[in-house]
Amino acid sequence: MATLTLQSLGKSFGTTAAVTGVDLVVGDGELVCLLGPSGSGKSTVLRMVGGFEGPTAGRVLIDGQDVTHLPPERRPTSMMFQSHALWSHMTVAGNIGFGLRLRGLSRADVAQRVDAALDTVGLPGYGPRRTDQLSGGQAQRVALARSLVLEPKILLLDEPFASLDQHLRERLREEVRDLQKRLRITMVFVTHGQDEALALADRIVVMDRGRVQQADRPDRLYRAPATPFVAGFIGQMNLIAGEVAGGRFVQGAMVLAAPVADGPALLAVRPEALAVSFGTGAGRLHRVTDFGSHAVAEIDLPEGTRVKAHLPEAPDAAPGMPVTVTPRRHTLYRDDRVLWVSDTAPGAAPVAVDA
Amino acid sequence: MSTADLRLAWRDVDWTGIVLAAVMAVVIIGPLVVVGLWAFAEVWRFPSLLPQEWGLRYWGMTLGRADVWAALSVSLQLSFVVTLLSALICLPAAYAFARLDFPGRDVLFLSFLTIQAFPRFGLLISIATIFLTLGLVGTFWGVVLIQLVNTLMFMIWIPTAAFQNVDRRLEEAARDVGAGPIRVFWSVTLPQAFPAIAAAILLTFVGTFYETEGAWLIGAPHVRTMPILMISFINNQLVVQLGAVLSLMLWVPSFLFLLMARRWMGPEALGRGLGG
Repeated sequence: MATLTLQSLGKSFGTTAAVTGVDLVVGDGELVCLLGPSGSGKSTVLRMVGGFEGPTAGRVLIDGQDVTHLPPERRPTSMMFQSHALWSHMTVAGNIGFGLRLRGLSRADVAQRVDAALDTVGLPGYGPRRTDQLSGGQAQRVALARSLVLEPKILLLDEPFASLDQHLRERLREEVRDLQKRLRITMVFVTHGQDEALALADRIVVMDRGRVQQADRPDRLYRAPATPFVAGFIGQMNLIAGEVAGGRFVQGAMVLAAPVADGPALLAVRPEALAVSFGTGAGRLHRVTDFGSHAVAEIDLPEGTRVKAHLPEAPDAAPGMPVTVTPRRHTLYRDDRVLWVSDTAPGAAPVAVDA
Repeated sequence: MSTADLRLAWRDVDWTGIVLAAVMAVVIIGPLVVVGLWAFAEVWRFPSLLPQEWGLRYWGMTLGRADVWAALSVSLQLSFVVTLLSALICLPAAYAFARLDFPGRDVLFLSFLTIQAFPRFGLLISIATIFLTLGLVGTFWGVVLIQLVNTLMFMIWIPTAAFQNVDRRLEEAARDVGAGPIRVFWSVTLPQAFPAIAAAILLTFVGTFYETEGAWLIGAPHVRTMPILMISFINNQLVVQLGAVLSLMLWVPSFLFLLMARRWMGPEALGRGLGG
């Protein structure tokens, strides 16, 4: 139970900056996911919190105490690695008890706490096993027990379930979530899967090219993405480049109200916020995919962008048919910032549309 | 079983494997069998497939000689001392090569390997001339030193690869639960690299036990190891049985060592160690 504070944290390898200016406060008992594509710097941030990388700028504080220059063994953090990193020359009990033995606990105390930790992760009686007798999921549970047994203030997880199959990953994810709620541990979880982040996190920090793009609640990330990158990364988003002139966003035949300064802008519309009418318009239907619960139409706009729109059911329409698309709700971006958000009330129609 | 079943079973047999195993048996085990037979043969003349007369006479002759026992003792002492010293010198060096970054690291590492690229005998002779001025020729420690040169490659190359193969995340995980760098080395890095290091130690011991060139050049005539004794036996009086008996005796220590190695580590660990 602890708060973690990162103050303009940065890391450069030579001249390349892996992480730049990360500011973040993780509250007591909060579960924060660092989400981003590979190379976004999310793992580097986690490794700096754990003490495995030294930051080249900024500070790491745990409960207000500066730990920036402490080695991993002197930090109140514990890390779970992607590759479980169990020591194959020790038994399961040996792995979990190693940290306890280093702290000088008696043999009986170690055994008792190892058993308790094995119970917590649902592997009672696995103590005497060798690590190569464990399945992938069991190995990750043992790694989790090894971390939990030391009662760390902050638990760090570096894509711990990435090598497991989908089904097992979802189950372990839920178990970790339940455990975190029950034990009220502060947790930082790195992942590149948005499903995992959305399913787990109290708050998601989206990273790209070493910078925090947005740190927000999962629902806010989806409904109000702060940058075009977040808009495109969380869920599906149609991004259409155009120009604002005289209070209107113009792209090809599409004209939308935009009471902002003139200049280039990027229009972002969710597929479910894009109304479609068939029969007339400058767009051309490319393909319709029927998912049963809904259908997705892919439409080529005249200037070359292909957009997706959700439909309640598959229309009776052939590829190549003329189509008009009307954004019901949209956001305009300029210079990686939100420029303007349309009225979110349903039915508030834009000035004029013909696409 | 029907004929069709039989034919299927026939086809299932892995003939390539059987032929390979047979060829290897003839090439590897054949000579061993011949040596084994000679050691217990008293009369064995050409056309006969097996010795005409069996007996232990040559065993008695060999084991009755004091110089055989002295040579065995010298060989064992030499192998133990060389292996121990080599481990003390080479293992820390191997760790340094694997994990530390220091100037000249690659050049130094290569230099250990290039020793093996020179014709060995030339190298030994130049070392021998240096030893002569130092008064090391004909002494036990002179032979120890020359043997150490031979062990450098195995004892640095294999353990370096072994240390490099230890997953960094295993070490990081140990740091994470509270172990300092030295504790991590003893509790994680060394045990993880151990099977390969044991293989290197085994090779060093056996290699030293059988080495002849250096032992002969530096040790003769005062330090006589088993292989050197065997050479002089064969040179002085060509009695095949004496050579055969000595061969079997020489084979015993390395065989025991191999059995010990089998106890420590499975063949896959040994293979992994040797494969780097």
